[in-house]
Amino acid sequence: MSAATDAVIPRILKANESELLDDWLREQLSAFRAGAKISDADLRSQSREFLSLLQQATQGGNVTDIHGPSFGRVRDMLGDVSRSRGLQGFSPSETVAFVFSLKRPLFARIRRELSSDADSLAEVTWSATELLDKLGLYTTEVYQKSREEVIKRQQQELLELSTPVVKLWDGILALPMIGTLDSARTQIVMESLLQRIVETGADVAIIDITGVPTVDTLTAQHLLKTVTAARLMGADCIISGIRPQIAQTIVHLGVDLGAVITKATLADAFRRALEMTGQRDRIPKTRA
Amino acid sequence: MDRIPILKLRDLLLVSIQVDMHDRLAMQLQDELTAKISETGARGVLIDISSLDIVDSFIGRMIANIAAMARVLDAETVVVGMQPAVAITLVELGLNLPGVRTALNVDKGMALLESATRSVEDLPDADARHTE
Amino acid sequence: MPVTRSDTLELRSAADVVSVRQTVRTWAIEAGFSLVDQTKMVTAASEIARNTLDYGGGGTATLELVVEGPRRGLRVAFEDGGPGIADIQQAMTDHFTTGNGLGLGLGGAKRLVNEFNISSRVGEGTRVVIARWK
Repeated sequence: MSAATDAVIPRILKANESELLDDWLREQLSAFRAGAKISDADLRSQSREFLSLLQQATQGGNVTDIHGPSFGRVRDMLGDVSRSRGLQGFSPSETVAFVFSLKRPLFARIRRELSSDADSLAEVTWSATELLDKLGLYTTEVYQKSREEVIKRQQQELLELSTPVVKLWDGILALPMIGTLDSARTQIVMESLLQRIVETGADVAIIDITGVPTVDTLTAQHLLKTVTAARLMGADCIISGIRPQIAQTIVHLGVDLGAVITKATLADAFRRALEMTGQRDRIPKTRA
Repeated sequence: MDRIPILKLRDLLLVSIQVDMHDRLAMQLQDELTAKISETGARGVLIDISSLDIVDSFIGRMIANIAAMARVLDAETVVVGMQPAVAITLVELGLNLPGVRTALNVDKGMALLESATRSVEDLPDADARHTE
Repeated sequence: MPVTRSDTLELRSAADVVSVRQTVRTWAIEAGFSLVDQTKMVTAASEIARNTLDYGGGGTATLELVVEGPRRGLRVAFEDGGPGIADIQQAMTDHFTTGNGLGLGLGGAKRLVNEFNISSRVGEGTRVVIARWK
C-alpha cells in the first residue's frame, strides 16, 4: 500500500465529516430500531467523536494498524462503547453495528472520490474494509470480555450470597454452611467470616456444617486454618453439626481437630458460646 | 531512626505498632519492652497490631518472643487487632503463635489483661475459703 | 508470557526489605489482587528478601507484571551472589535453619504463592522466583 493511497482515507474522513456523520447515524438507527436503548443525542455525540478520533488515527499513515500507538484513543473509545453497550444489554451484533454501519457511507464517499481511478478505488476500498473489520473484531472482543467479567462477578456474588454470616446473639456469630464445600468456596466463605468477626467484634463464631454432605482433606484443612486464624485475631470458633461420616473422614484423613471445640448440634454450640461469652444466665434452665 | 513508643498505664505497658517494621526495629522493640517490664514491674503488655498490613515469620517470632520473655518476667501479653488477611497469611505460613493471647481490639485486650492480672489479687484468703 | 512492566530494586539493608514489601504491595494492587492475595504475596516476598539479605549478603529483587491470556500475575525474582545453598531440599524443610530464624522462610513462602522456583550454586549465589496469579 503506497503512502498516496494511505492518505486518501483520512482526507475523505475530514472532507466529508458532517455528511458522513448524518449517513452513518441513519444506518445505525436502522440497525437497532426496535429497542431505543440509547438516545439520539448520545449516539450523535458518540459517533462524531469516533469519526474525529478515527481521522486523527489514520492521519499518521498505517491506516490498518489498529493495534499501533496512533490508534490508542480509538481503541479506548471503542472499548468504552463496547463495555457500556454490553452492560446496557445490547446484543453482540447491535454492539458491533456501531462500526460496521460505517461501511456503506464510507465506501460511497470513497467511490465518489476515486471513480476515475479503478486501481486506487479497489486498493482504498480494500484497506477501508480491513480497517473497519479489524475495529469491529476488536469491539466484539472487548464486548465478550466485559460479558465474561460480568459472569465472573456474578459467580463471586453467588458464592458470597450462598453462605450468610448471621449474628445469633451479642458477640456470637453463626455460619450455617449448606451444600458441597469445595476448597474455593470454603476459602471465600471463611474470609467473609473473619471479616465479619472484625466488623462485629464477635468473640465466638459457630461454623455449622449440618448441611454439608461430605468434606475432603483440603476443605477440612481450610476449616482448621480458619479456626486458627480466628484465634490469632482474638476470637474462638466452634464447629457444630459434624455428621458421623464426616467425623470418620476427618479421622481417616489424619486431620487433627484436637484443639478445636466441636459440638454435635448448633443448639449445643450456642449454649457453649453463651458460656464462653459470660452470658451463662441466658441459658434456659430446662434442656430438651 | 524510627522508634516505637511504649506507654505505661498503671501496671500495664501499651504498644501500638504504626509503622512498616523492618527487622532492626522489631529487635529494638523486643529489647526495650523487656527492659521496661522489669524496670516498671508491669503486670501486663498490650501490643496493638491493627495497623500492620503484614506479619511475616520474623515479626511473628518477635511477637512470640516478647510474650515468652514477658511471661518469665511475670507479665501477661495480649496481641490485639490482627487483620483477617494477616491472620490467614500467618496460618498459611505455618506460624500459629501458640502461647500468645489475642483479642479483637484494644478494649477487649484491656479487659483480658485486667482479668488475667487481677485474678491473683482477688484470690480469697485462706480463712474465707474455709467458710465456703 | 508477555511482561507488561518490570523493575529492579536493590536489596542491601533492612530498610530495602521494607521498600520491596511496599513495591510488591503497590504492584499486587495494580494486578487486581484481593486483599488476602496481596498480603500473601507481600509476606512471601518479605521472607525471600530477608533470605537474600541475611544469607546471600544482599542482591536484587526484580518485579514483573505478567499477563497470560485472561490471567494477570505478579512475579518477583530474587538474586544474590552469596555462598549459595548446598542442599535445597533441606533448606525448604520447615523449621530447618542455619541462622537464627524459625526456618519457615522458604517453605512458608512457597505455600503463599502459586509458583516457586529456586536454583543455587555453591559459591556463586542463589536465585528464587515466586509468582502469584489473580
